[in-house]
Amino acid sequence: MTNTLHRYGDADSFRDDYVVFAMCGRGHNDEGVVPKLRRFLEMALPFKPVNMGDARHGGALRAAKSMNPASHWKRDMRPDFQTVIQGLDTVTTAAAVFDNRVAAEDFLKTVKAADLGLSVNISTSIDGAEQCCHVADACRHSVGYSLGFEGRTEHLPNEDVLKLATMCGHGMVSASFAKKMVDWVKEGRRTPAEAATYMTRFCSCGVFNPSRATRILEEARMRQK
Amino acid sequence: MRIDPSKCVACGNCTYVCPMGAIYIDPAIERATVNRDECVECYACYNGLSQEHLNPTLVRTVRKLFKMMRVRFDPEPDVCPTAAFAPEELVWPRVVRRAFSDPRVPHESTGIEGRGTEEVKTNDVSGRVKVGEVGFTVELGRPGVGVWFREIQEMAWELARAGVVFEKKNPITTLMSDASSGTIREDIMNEKVLSAILEIKVPVERTEEIIRLVRDVETRLDTVVALGVATRCDADGEERVVAPVLERLGYKLERAKTNTGLGRITNRANIVPQGEVTAR
Repeated sequence: MTNTLHRYGDADSFRDDYVVFAMCGRGHNDEGVVPKLRRFLEMALPFKPVNMGDARHGGALRAAKSMNPASHWKRDMRPDFQTVIQGLDTVTTAAAVFDNRVAAEDFLKTVKAADLGLSVNISTSIDGAEQCCHVADACRHSVGYSLGFEGRTEHLPNEDVLKLATMCGHGMVSASFAKKMVDWVKEGRRTPAEAATYMTRFCSCGVFNPSRATRILEEARMRQK
Repeated sequence: MRIDPSKCVACGNCTYVCPMGAIYIDPAIERATVNRDECVECYACYNGLSQEHLNPTLVRTVRKLFKMMRVRFDPEPDVCPTAAFAPEELVWPRVVRRAFSDPRVPHESTGIEGRGTEEVKTNDVSGRVKVGEVGFTVELGRPGVGVWFREIQEMAWELARAGVVFEKKNPITTLMSDASSGTIREDIMNEKVLSAILEIKVPVERTEEIIRLVRDVETRLDTVVALGVATRCDADGEERVVAPVLERLGYKLERAKTNTGLGRITNRANIVPQGEVTAR
């Protein structure tokens, strides 16, 4: 998966977007990996992630399959990290999302010290990742650059919508829904945080960043004035 | 995916959440309907929408009353009030749509959820992209446009003509009837997916040539392409070879995925005891 690589925005727009994820290579370090992946997620908790998840079960905010109608007026908008950690029961990718560099740096330091043997990647601006590695004393092994979107780009939506929708690299947050959320925030029908939460529930692996989404929605609203 | 007309109340929530815009309210039946040609079986509607299990007749009546009074109904935007989505049993070749579009379905070929592979994310243990090599991920259809296999075919043929080798542990490669020519099996040409990744690696000297080739094919396709370029860092963690080439080609490098080098081989069968000489 390249599900965190091709987020739209310039480097500065990733100042509150640090995705740290762990996975194993088939046949190389996949024996006994499930407890290690759980441990990876548990280690993220003290650094206050804004989301976390695994690629098989989803993130810390999920759709409810049997919703009580009364919950329309009192919906739980808080991420449930324990469900993510306890539910990780198979070989998969585990990810934790942070909205500041210091937290990502400190988390990487902790992961390095734990020496889990898993492959750990950071997806953010190039400079942001370099600084995280520098602080954690981790030597970058490989780097995968995003060259952005090419071809028939006239099919793509506007910048605000693209920034929001591409935070789910699997494409589960549709451009139409992201645009609807921008419009609802502009109309005052929902707060940016509420709109960000709705979108987060569609992300199937927990890498959507609700903190960055809230900021983007807030900026879109303010620009209207 | 289909929507049960006996349950649907035409609230319209699902029309927004479909990444392909394949769901619409059919005015003839006043129910949400899936355009099966455009639907890529990603299950974003089924997995992403919360579900209530309200009585459809009751909900329709309330909605009609509100409409008569010109009162705007303001429901939660991520809810299907009557749990109207009904996943279908997919058969070949349509099942390919879901394999490439629903990220929760792991590919049998790679064991990885979604449409990709390990790429350089596990390069610290796999050694997939070596020093002096560049790995390309040519992802067609992303973001949110979708791609037909006949378009993927065109890109694959051109890359094969350039003499590149497709990554074996990649879902598209497993669907090729002839990987040397980039020929994908014929019976899936009319299937559409959310996106799909062609994965190759070449010597670093061919970086510019491959990018120009991809750009040329892009002009002939009715979709978008997200291009990823991966390489090894030097022993000091710096990358001095590929970035200058990309910048010379006009790319402003903003974002990257960085393998921090913390992985190590831990499977017992693969560990070479210290002091043991190996022929590999």
